This record gives sequence, C-alpha cells and structure tokens, in this order.
Amino acid sequence: MTSILEYDFMRRAFVVGILLAFIIPCVGIIVVLKRLSMIGDALSHTSLAGVAAGLVMSINPILGSIIACIIAALGIEIIRKKIPKYAEMSIAIIMSAGVGLAGVLSGFVKNSANFNSFLFGSIVAISNFEMLLVILISCTVMLIFFFLYKELFYIALDERAARLAGIPVKTVNFVFTILTAVTVSVAARTVGALIVSSLMVIPVACAMQFGKSYKQTVIYSVCFAVFFMVAGLYISYYQRLKPGGTIVLIGVICLILILIIKSITASIMLTKDKP
Amino acid sequence: MPKVIEAENLSFSYGNESIFTKIGFSVYKGDFVAVIGSNGTGKSTLMRIILGELTPTGGSIRILNQDVEKFGDWPKIGYLPQSGLQSADSFPATAEEIVMANLFSQIGLLRFPKKKHRDKVHQALELVGMDAYSKRMISELSGGQRQRVMLARVLVSDPEIMILDEPTTGVDAGTVKSLYELLSSLNRETGITIVMVTHDIGRASGYVSRILSLEEGSLEERND
Repeated sequence: MTSILEYDFMRRAFVVGILLAFIIPCVGIIVVLKRLSMIGDALSHTSLAGVAAGLVMSINPILGSIIACIIAALGIEIIRKKIPKYAEMSIAIIMSAGVGLAGVLSGFVKNSANFNSFLFGSIVAISNFEMLLVILISCTVMLIFFFLYKELFYIALDERAARLAGIPVKTVNFVFTILTAVTVSVAARTVGALIVSSLMVIPVACAMQFGKSYKQTVIYSVCFAVFFMVAGLYISYYQRLKPGGTIVLIGVICLILILIIKSITASIMLTKDKP
Repeated sequence: MPKVIEAENLSFSYGNESIFTKIGFSVYKGDFVAVIGSNGTGKSTLMRIILGELTPTGGSIRILNQDVEKFGDWPKIGYLPQSGLQSADSFPATAEEIVMANLFSQIGLLRFPKKKHRDKVHQALELVGMDAYSKRMISELSGGQRQRVMLARVLVSDPEIMILDEPTTGVDAGTVKSLYELLSSLNRETGITIVMVTHDIGRASGYVSRILSLEEGSLEERND
C-alpha cells in the first residue's frame, strides 16, 4: 500500500490527479447541463494544435495548448450565438479546424514522442513546473466555480430567464469559457487529449444517478472523479497499464454497473408494487 | 389604471416576411391579458419584443414607462418561457433550488443565500401549493407540479408583470383548469399584471380580463 507512494513521480501523479478530479467535473457538470458534452472533445483536440504549435515554435507546449483552447472556446461561443438553432455545429466546426491544424503542424514537430505523449497524457511524467501549474490552475478554477456557483447553475438551467433575472450572463459565460479552456488544456497534458472529455462527462453521468439535488450532484461528481483517478492510478501502476486510459475505463465500467444495478432495482421494485 | 406596457405602430418582419404591421395595444396595471392567435402569427415573437430580445422593424414599445431599449429593470418582469417545462425536465435540481435561482441577482455576485431568501422561496412555493415538494427533484414531479414550481420561480422575485408563453403546454387537461384558477387568484389577490400567450382560449377565457387576438399581421381586442 505504501510502496506506490514511495516514488516521487507517483506522489506527484496523485497530487495532480486528485486536483484535476476536483476541477474537471465542476466544469463538466455545467457543460453536460448546457447540452454541450462534446465541447471537451473539441477543446482537447484543438489543444493538440496548440501543443504542436508550441513544439514547432519552441515555446512551452502547455502554454500553446492553453492559448489554442481559449481561442477555440471563444470560437465555439461566437458560432453558438450566431446559429443558436444548430449550436452543436459550432463544436464540430472548431473540432475539425483543431484536428486539421494539429495534423498539419505535427508534421513539423521534430520530437514526435513528445507530441504523442499529449494524445494519451503522461500523468506519471509530470515535471515540477507542470505540477505547480496544475496546482495554480486548480485553485483558481475551484475558487471561481465556488463564487460563480449559483450564476452558473441558473445559466445552465435557463439562460434567457437568468438574463431577465439580472444575472450578467455574457460575463459569466465568458469566464466559464476561459475556465473550461484552461481546465481542458491542463488536463489534456496529464490524462491525455483523447481522454479528457470522458472525465468531464462520466463522473457527472454517475452522480446524476444518485444526486437528490444539484448540490449533491456536484459533490457526488467530484467524489466519483476522485475515485476513478485514485483507482486508475493504483491499478495502472500495479498492472503496468497506461494511467489515462485505465482511469477512463474504470469510469465507464462503473457507469455501466450503476445503470445495470439501477435498472434491476427498478424492475424488482415494480414487481413488488404489483398486487 | 396606469399603463405598464404600451405598443404603438409596432411592426416586425423576419427578412422579407412580415409578421405583423403597425399593431398597437396597452396593458394596464392589474390586467390579466390573453394573447391568442393561430400558429405562426407572431405571438411568441411579440413576447420576445416585449422582453427586448428582438428589435421591432418599426414602431415603439414601452415597459413601465421606459422604452424597451433603455429598460434595465428586468427583475420586475417575470417570464415563463414556452420551453420552461422541458428545460427543467431532466435537470438535477430540487424545486427549492430552481425557485431560489430567481433570487440570485438580488443576493448578488460572490454571495450566498441567507435565511430570508430561503423563507421567500418557501413563501413562493406555498403560494402555488408546492411547499410540501420543495426538496423533491423537479424530474420527479408531474407536468402540472413542475409548471407550478416554474410559476413560483417567476413569483419569488416579486415581479410587477408576469409574461407567460403557453404556460399550459405539456400539462394534462385536469391540471390546466387548476393552473388557470391559480393565475386568476394571484392576479386578483396580489394585483400582479399577467400577459399570457395561449392557444387554449376556450378554457382561458373564463379567467382572463382581456383578450388580444393576433391574426394575419394585425392585433384586435376581442370582447367575447
């Protein structure tokens, strides 16, 4: 039990993983409730374009990925407002542009192993700078989510009513867009660009099966994400598996089990109720 | 009675398609007005103009004695959208949380609800007969109960005018009557002005004080 924590890289992985498990579902619940679950995919794929651009121009790839994600997130918001009836199209447009750009730029990257590490992440190869960045970003995201908790709730519930009730919808949406972009880009480095959107959605989907209020659903989402992260890190360490993929697969298996158990329980209850 | 909404020579068109031309009407404090008309006659468009979401192509509209373009006191206008029921359908929140949402701007940024806000929420829920369900998830309630919660959300911020866009959509026939009775008693007892878009004038006519009919681009007051 203690052996895994004897290694510095594993201790770092746990710190970073748990912090990310706190912030990803906080952003994820609003994304899911706004019916924009695919936004994580679009942003994480676009982050690859930023990573490639960073590696080509010899700037920090995480910084490149943050800039690319912010531009992509703002692009999604602008297209969403221009064509509100087909809002989901904005995600497909930005994702295609991001993947296209990443594809072209990756051809100029000399160290392809470095670029590939962003696809599935490398949570056990976190540098001190990256850990500090995750700590800083996680604390900022948590603080902003805490202070905008009620405004984000109302906007997710009914954006028009929120505006009429006096909520500064544009400002809150802008802040949330930046928050999402920064969370996705920093998470893409650690758990992988191809996996991060699952971490936004799966803990929320699990929590929604048990939550008896919005507050409870948020708390359960974080608990599920922390559980997936810790279990994933342990299992991947002892079974020599890729951590990012293991974390997500545990989440998917957990969700499937919850749905099966819920449906069996519901049918038992139905049979009991029948005279 | 003072006018709370006043429209003069109001026109609107989507591109080249004219929806209505030079219509005018006034809503007085304490009115319970039904706006009726066939599908596509522009009832919801008219509501969106009143709410400042669409700009008319001609004419003017005033709310509480201010031009709608300059109007900033939106918390005085309670709005229940046509999709109000559907948007809350699978939302993971209790009735109490949903009603509390309309007090968030009063509570202010970076602040959290206090006891007085929670009391206000319970009063609003009690007004619509839903206080006993305050801790229930909105998805666990029936269509009629959800619509009552939505009404409580509108009422909790003490609006001067309530704008309801098809409030009986998705509600079973038996509940429609009790919703109209509730709206009528709120209008009588609190003096709140209600503007309601409806298809269902057969049942609503017994409760409203005025009927405005929007047909073929023009608006007329019906006296039946």
